[in-house]
Amino acid sequence: MYYVGIDIGSTASKVSVFDDQELIFNIVMPTGWNSVDTSNKIKEELDKNKIDLENAKVVATGYGRISVPYADKTITEITCHGKGAYYLAGKDMMTVVDIGGQDTKIINIENGRVTNFLMNDKCAAGTGRFLELMANTLGVTLEEMSYMALKGEDLNITSMCTVFAESEVISLIGSGAKREDIARGVINSIIGRITTLLNKQGIRGDVYLTGGLCELASFIQLLSEKIDRKVNTSSLARYAGSIGGALLAKNI
Amino acid sequence: MGDYRELWSNLGMDLDKHDILCEALPEAFGSIYLTQENRPENMNYFNYALAEVHGARIEEINEAKANGKKVVGTFCVFVPDEVILAAGAVGVGLCSGSQFWIEDGEKVLPRNLCPLIKAFVGAKVSRTCPYFQSSDMIVGETTCDGKKKAYEIVEEYMPVHVMELPQMKREKNYEQWKDEIKLFISRMEELTGNKVTVENLKKAIDLVNRKRRALKRLYDLRKNTPSPISGLDALLVTQVAFLDDIERFIENTNALCDELEERVKNLEPTGKKRIMITGTPMAVPNWKLHSIVEGLDAEIVVEETCTGTRYFEGEVSTEGDTIDDLLKNLADRYMNINCACFTPNNDRTEDIIKYAEEYNVDGVIYYNLSFCHTYAIEYKKVENALAEKSIPLLNIETDYSEEDSGQIKTRVEAFLEMIGSGEKLHTVS
Repeated sequence: MYYVGIDIGSTASKVSVFDDQELIFNIVMPTGWNSVDTSNKIKEELDKNKIDLENAKVVATGYGRISVPYADKTITEITCHGKGAYYLAGKDMMTVVDIGGQDTKIINIENGRVTNFLMNDKCAAGTGRFLELMANTLGVTLEEMSYMALKGEDLNITSMCTVFAESEVISLIGSGAKREDIARGVINSIIGRITTLLNKQGIRGDVYLTGGLCELASFIQLLSEKIDRKVNTSSLARYAGSIGGALLAKNI
Repeated sequence: MGDYRELWSNLGMDLDKHDILCEALPEAFGSIYLTQENRPENMNYFNYALAEVHGARIEEINEAKANGKKVVGTFCVFVPDEVILAAGAVGVGLCSGSQFWIEDGEKVLPRNLCPLIKAFVGAKVSRTCPYFQSSDMIVGETTCDGKKKAYEIVEEYMPVHVMELPQMKREKNYEQWKDEIKLFISRMEELTGNKVTVENLKKAIDLVNRKRRALKRLYDLRKNTPSPISGLDALLVTQVAFLDDIERFIENTNALCDELEERVKNLEPTGKKRIMITGTPMAVPNWKLHSIVEGLDAEIVVEETCTGTRYFEGEVSTEGDTIDDLLKNLADRYMNINCACFTPNNDRTEDIIKYAEEYNVDGVIYYNLSFCHTYAIEYKKVENALAEKSIPLLNIETDYSEEDSGQIKTRVEAFLEMIGSGEKLHTVS
C-alpha cells in the first residue's frame, strides 16, 4: 500500500509518497493557473513512478485541496504541516513557521498535534509572494536576493503593502541605493512581519521553518538573528505539507 | 414577494438600486438556508418573514403608521424596546448587515470603519432600506465612537435621538442610565403624543420579557447534543426578532420550540463539533460565518453576541408602583448587558466560560467585525481566560465581503481538525 500526500499551494505543488515503511520520493512542480490541471499532472507523475492509485490512500491539502478528484480525503495545510514538521524534526514541542506563497502560518505543535495556530491577514505582506515580487523588481532570483541581503546594510522598506513596497523599491533603485541594501531591506521587512506573528502567537519549543524558503541559508540566518533563536529546517521542509498529508493518509 | 413598488416609491426609496438588493437576497437565502437538510417545519414562518422582510412587514408597519402610530428605528440592544412599546410606537431594527450598502456608506464615512456602521449609513444614504424610510425617528446610543459620530451624519437625513450609555458600571452609572431612559421616555411622549404610564410600561415590560423567554427557550433547546436546530436557523430567528411584530414573533418562536422539544426525544448523535460564537453582532443578511462553519462538520450551538444571548438574557422586573421604580428595573437589566464598550468587562468572559459549559461546546470562535476596536482589544482577555480553562479558541476578524471566505474556511477547518482528531493524531507517529 502507498500513502500519498498532495499539497497544492498557491505557487508550488508538492507530492510525497510513502510505502508501508518509509518515505520513497517527493515531487515539486509549479501550481500554474489551474489546480485541476495540476492535479492531473500529478496523477501522470504518480503513474510514471508506478504508484497505482488503486493501491494507495491519497490526502490532498493546501489551497487547491478540493481540486484533487482522486483524493480520499482533504485535510487543511495547518494540520498537515504540523504533522510533517514533527516527522522531519521529531521534537515533542515545536513552533512551525510556514512561509507559503500566499500566506504565512505559525503553528504550535505538541507531539505532532496542532495545539494552536495563527495565519497572516488577507494580503501578500509577509509571504513568499512578496519576496518573489521584490526579487523580480530587483531583476534577480530569490536565491540571489537572499545572498545579496547578507552583504547589504539594512535599509528601511516602510510600506507593509506589497504593491506600495514594489513602488518603493523601484524608487530606491532610481535614487541609486545599493541593490544589496535594498535586498537586505526587503528580507528584513518580511522577517519583521514574521517576528510579529511569532511573538503574538508565542514561541514554544524549537522553531522550525517549512515552505519554499527552507533552503535559503541567508534568509534563515537573518531570521535567526532577528528572533535570537536557532531556526531549524531541512531541505525536505518544503514538503512538510505533503509529507504530513501522506502520514495522515495512513489513518484513512 | 408581492408587488410593493408603489409602497416603496411612496417611502422615497431608490427603486432601481433596491431592485438589485431584492434580486440578490433570495438567491443568497436559497443557497445558504433552503439547502439545509431536515429543517424544522416551523422554520417556514421565519422563511416567510425573511422573504417578506422588505415587503409584507413594511406594508404592515405603514398600515400602522396610517392609523397614527409612530415608527422608531433602533440599532442596538441597549435601546429599551419597552419604552417604545409603552408609548404606543412600533420599534424596528435597521438595515446594517449587507455588503450591498458599504459602497454608499463609504461615500460619507472613512473606509477604515466597522462594516456595520458603513452599512447602516449606506442604507440610509442610498434610500434602499424600507425600515429607515418608514421610521419617524431613529434612536442611537454611544456604545462606540464609530456609531456615535455616524449618527451626526444620519441626523442630516432624519430625526435622531441619541442615548448616552455610560461606559463603566459603578452605582452612579446605573443612575445615569436611568436618567437617560427617562429622557428617552420624554422624547417618545413628544413624538407620539402618548403618555408613558406605570400601567402601559408594565405591560410593555411583560411583553418584551415574554419575547426574551421565547428566545431563551429556543437557546435552552440548543443545549441538547446534537442541537435540534442549526445555528443558521437559530440565527435567523434572532434576526427576525429585531424586525417582526412582537406578539406574532413570540407565538411562532414558541411553536418552533414545541416542535424542537419533540425532536430532541429522537435525535441520533451526529459527531459534529459544537461551536460557540462570541463577539460582534450579525445583522440580516449576515450569515457568512455560520454558513462557513456549518458547511463543515460542525454546528453552532450558541452565540454570545448582541444577536444572541446578550439580546435576551435577563428579564426586567415588573415590581414597583411608580415610573421611577420601573425605570430602575429597566436600568438594572440593561446595564447588565456585558458589552465590550464597558470597562472593565470581566463579566463577559465569565459568561463565555459559563456558556461553554452549559452548551457543552468543543470550541469557541471569536467573531470580530473589522475595526470594532472594543471587541478586538477584549480578545486578549478572553483568550487568556479560555486558555486557562483549556477551551480552544479561534479568532476570526472579517467584514461583509466574500473575498476572504476561502481563508476563513481553511482556518475554521483547521480549528475543527485541531479540536477534533487530537487523540487520533496522537496514535500515529
